[in-house]
Formats: sequence, C-alpha cells, structure tokens
Amino acid sequence: MADTVPIIDAKNLRKVFNGTTAVDGLSFQLFPGECLGLLGPNGAGKTSTIRMVYAFSPMNGGSLKVFGIDIKTGWREIKARIGVCQQENNLDPDLSVLQNLELFARYYDITKKDAKDRARQLLQFIALEHRSEDKVTSLSGGMMRRLVLARALINNPEMLVLDEPTTGLDPQSRHQVWERLELLRANGLSILLTTHYMDEAYRLCDRLIIMDHGKILVEGEPVDLIRRYAGEQVVEIVNPGPEVREFIQTSGYMHDMLDHRIILYGREDDNLFELIGEKFCTEGCIKRMATLEDVFLRLTGRELRE
Amino acid sequence: MIDLLQVRNISRRFSRVWNRNLVVYRKIWLVNFLVPLLEPLLYLTAFGVGLSALIGQVPYEGKELPYVVFIAPALLSITMMYNAFFENTYASFVRMYYQKTFDAMMATPLSLEDIIAGEIVWGATKSVIATAIMLLVVSLFGLIEYPQGLLILPLSFLGGLAFGATGMVFTGIVPSIDMFNLPIFLLITPMFLFSGTFFPIDTLPDWAQSISHVLPLTHLVNLCRGLALGELHAGMILSVIYLLLLTVIVFPIALVVMRRRLIK
Ligand SMILES: Nc1ncnc2c1ncn2[C@@H]1O[C@H](COP(=O)(O)OP(=O)(O)O)[C@@H](O)[C@H]1O
Ligand SMILES: [Mg+2]
Repeated sequence: MADTVPIIDAKNLRKVFNGTTAVDGLSFQLFPGECLGLLGPNGAGKTSTIRMVYAFSPMNGGSLKVFGIDIKTGWREIKARIGVCQQENNLDPDLSVLQNLELFARYYDITKKDAKDRARQLLQFIALEHRSEDKVTSLSGGMMRRLVLARALINNPEMLVLDEPTTGLDPQSRHQVWERLELLRANGLSILLTTHYMDEAYRLCDRLIIMDHGKILVEGEPVDLIRRYAGEQVVEIVNPGPEVREFIQTSGYMHDMLDHRIILYGREDDNLFELIGEKFCTEGCIKRMATLEDVFLRLTGRELRE
Repeated sequence: MIDLLQVRNISRRFSRVWNRNLVVYRKIWLVNFLVPLLEPLLYLTAFGVGLSALIGQVPYEGKELPYVVFIAPALLSITMMYNAFFENTYASFVRMYYQKTFDAMMATPLSLEDIIAGEIVWGATKSVIATAIMLLVVSLFGLIEYPQGLLILPLSFLGGLAFGATGMVFTGIVPSIDMFNLPIFLLITPMFLFSGTFFPIDTLPDWAQSISHVLPLTHLVNLCRGLALGELHAGMILSVIYLLLLTVIVFPIALVVMRRRLIK
C-alpha cells in the first residue's frame, strides 16, 4: 500500500479545548477501500478526531490531508467528496423523509432532478420508500439512523465517516445498518468509523485503532490484536480461592485478577481449562474464545469513565 | 482582519440555506400570510377608527396628515423589523440549538458563513414577503402614493438585513432562548414606541429626540413614510446611509459570534 495515496493522512493531530487536550498527537492513515475503526472509552477523543477529519473542527496542531488535499486550504472540496454520520441524529424535523435527502443534496450543488433520483434510490437502499412523505419525527430510532446513513451517501462519497453509527439501536436495527455498511464496503467505499461495540468493530473493520486520552494505544487487524493482547482461549474462574490465585500468579500466564473473578488468557495448546478445571473449579469456570472486548478492557482498564 | 477573512468564506451556496427555509415556509404559507394580511386591519381599525376620532390630524414635515396616513408607513416598518428580528433570533436559535440543523449543514460543502448569510438573507426575505402583503392591504385603503411606494419593497429588504443581522448577533451570544426577552424589552419595544411610529418625534423633549435619532427603526420609519407619502427629501439619504452602515457593521459581527459559538 506504500505507493497508493492514502485517503486520510493524519500526522500528529492535536485538539485542545480550553486547556484540556482531547487529541494528543495522533497519526494514522486510511487507505482506499479500507474500513478503519477508532475504539476508545468515552472521552478518548474519537469524536474530536473525526470532526477534524471532516473539517468541522479546526486543528490545534499537526497536519491532515484527505484525498491528498490539505484540509486547511481544500476543506470545501474535501467536504464535497465525503459523507458524514454525526454522533447525533440531526435530521431536519421541519422536512419530510424524502425532503431531508433532496434538500441535503442541494447543499452539494446536485441538480434538482439528480437529487430526486438519488433520494429515491437511497430510500430504496435503506428500505424506507414507504415512509418518504412522513415527518422524520415519526420514524423509529433505527429508521432515523438509516436515514442519516442515506443522507451521508447523497453525494456519492468516496469516503464515509461514521461516529457511533449504531449506538442506542436495537439488535435488529443494528444488523440492518451493518448489512448496508457491508454492501458499501464491498463496493470499495473507504470508511472511518468510531464505535463502542466490539462486535461491530470486529465485523466491519479491516483495521482498528484503540485509543485513550487522545493517544493511540495499539493499532492492528482485529484478529492480530486479539492474539497479541488476549491470546486465543480464555478461562474465567468465578469466585477463586487463595490457592488458585497463588497458582496463577506464579504460573506466568497472561491474566487479570479481579475481585470475584480471574481471567486467564492462553493459547490453544496451553490447555488452560484442563489445567485449572480439575484442580480449582469449585464455583465454576467458563471457557471461551478470546474477544476484542478482552483486548479493549485490558488496554483501557476497567474503571468507569465520565 | 479576521472579519474580512470570514466574509470571504461566503459563497453563492448560501442560497441553498435560504432555499431550505423557503421550502419550510411554503409548507404553511397560509398561516404565514395570514398575519401580515390581518394585522394592519386590526391596527387600522383600532387607531384609524378608535384613536383617530380623538387625535384628528398629525403635523408632519409642515403638513397636517390624517392619523391613519401617518401610522400606515410605521406599521410597515414595524413589520420589517419584527419579521427579520424574530426570524433570526427565535427561529434561527431553534434551528441552531434544538434541531442541530447547522451542525448537519456544516458536514456538507457549506461553510458556517454560508449558513449564517443564508439565514440572514432569509430573514430579510421574510421581511419583504410580509411587507408586500401588508403593503397590498394598506394600499387598498389608499394610504400609499405610487409609484414611489413601490420602493418600500427594496427598503424592506435593507431593513430586514439590518434587523436580521442584529438579531443574529444576539443568537450568537444568548445562553438560552428565554434570554431573547432582554434585547426585545431593551431595544425592540422602545423602538416600537419611540421611533416616530405612533407620534412625531418632534413632540418629544430634545434629549429624547437625540436618542430617537440613534434608533435604527426611526430611520426605517422615516424612509418608509417618505416613500408612502410620495415625498422624497434630503434627510432620507442620511437614513439610507445609516441603515447600510448598520448592516455592514453588524453582519460581520454576527459571523464572528456565530463562529465562536459553533466552531469547536
Ligand atoms: N466542545 C467541547 N468543549 C470542551 N471540551 C470538549 C468538547 N468536545 C469534547 N471535549 C472534551 O474532549 C475530550 C474528548 O471528547 P470526545 O472527542 O467527544 O470523546 P469520544 O468521542 O471519544 O467520547 C473529552 O474530555 C471531552 O470532554
Ligand atoms: Mg464521541
């Protein structure tokens, strides 16, 4: 990928809000056709980062090129070529479903006729044709989110920026959104997204950045990250006694010691479950695959944020 | 310097923002038309029939005018002020703060300055529409001289820009929507009463006259009355300059305060 121009080329991005640093020297790239996920606890700086990428917030430091264009001078062209789903559903409540798309198209200088055609196609794509004349306030949360997605596609963008696309949706609606995003990805659209859902990140993203306090903690493909930071197999020991605690502390295995639970990370051939199970599993042990959630919690800690 | 740079961010795309507001306006055009249609009838009945009997003629520029002839241009001027000021305060604030319409727009090629310019020009457009309807009504009573009276329409656009941009400055700084009560109580209501609207300024004591001459509505009323009576005079040039200057000064301030408020 070294000789292709990256869609996003961010170097040392900084964002400061009256003294507090929200983004602290972030560098990353997004390559054509790739889906990159930004993960991080609340307040990690995800929204602040992508707001700079779609030229909503000015940066306090660093350099940023999108499509090879410097964002400081070419912001209008860049904005014309990307689609954005902001964290909040800011659909226009004064307009109908169809008008939300048609008038948004006009902000991109799309002609009235093309706007109409494109709006109809997109309503079909998100399965909302039957609601085209309704007020947006009458839509369910999932429908609104799909409409926001459709609106972000109105200009046939070359890159899509999604800030928590499925937060607050029921499982059915989340899968509806995911299916659409997978279709778009298959068509070669480059995607930058933030999410709190590890299953979403795992399913949609080619590459992930886990960040906290405005800095990158780790970066890599989901499977690699799991292997590196949580192994392959996990055994959770419920209400462990003192013997098992001591055994694990001296055993050298990757583990997390919690108040009422020990989580043990190992490789497939470590046979952890067999090792622990026979001796110590009095109250119960759970054997499962390692997940991104393990990686996330291990790297960002288990304390509550905000 | 910063102001000048910001003005440069305005492109012809501001008309898309204007168009969005027009589309919404047309949805309930009947309600929107009803107010300027009926309001002058209310005022003319109350003042023309009721108060006229007490007041009779009003001395203005060396002539005696029937009271309804005197206040008709004031009603038009007040309409210009109200339509633009309320559109760019309450209505713009709702779009900005509650509906997040501006946030969504800022993810498109529109600049913040396009959005604010579109809003202010829309406020001025509402002023023109309302003035046109009201002008039609008062003309039926023979209260307007033509063709000079036609110039009231471009005047309503200028007045709309001046009052809309002023309203937008408040939208950029008020912490909550209730706070608009303050500029309305301190500026709009005194102007409504003391800008030569319902009685000539000359009847006021000198100090009050001086204050009155600083109020933008005084100049709008002065212009509107001259046009409605078909009597243009030199003082009107000063009033035009005053309103142009006000617009040219307040408009960039609106851009600055809105940028401070919305760009994070
Ligand atoms: N407009 C703002 N003004 C002041 N501080 C802000 C603003 N937006 C975000 N922050 C702060 O910046 C940090 C990062 O926030 P954000 O980028 O929204 O995080 P995330 O999207 O990862 O939850 C937080 O500490 C947040 O409080
Ligand atoms: Mg966020």
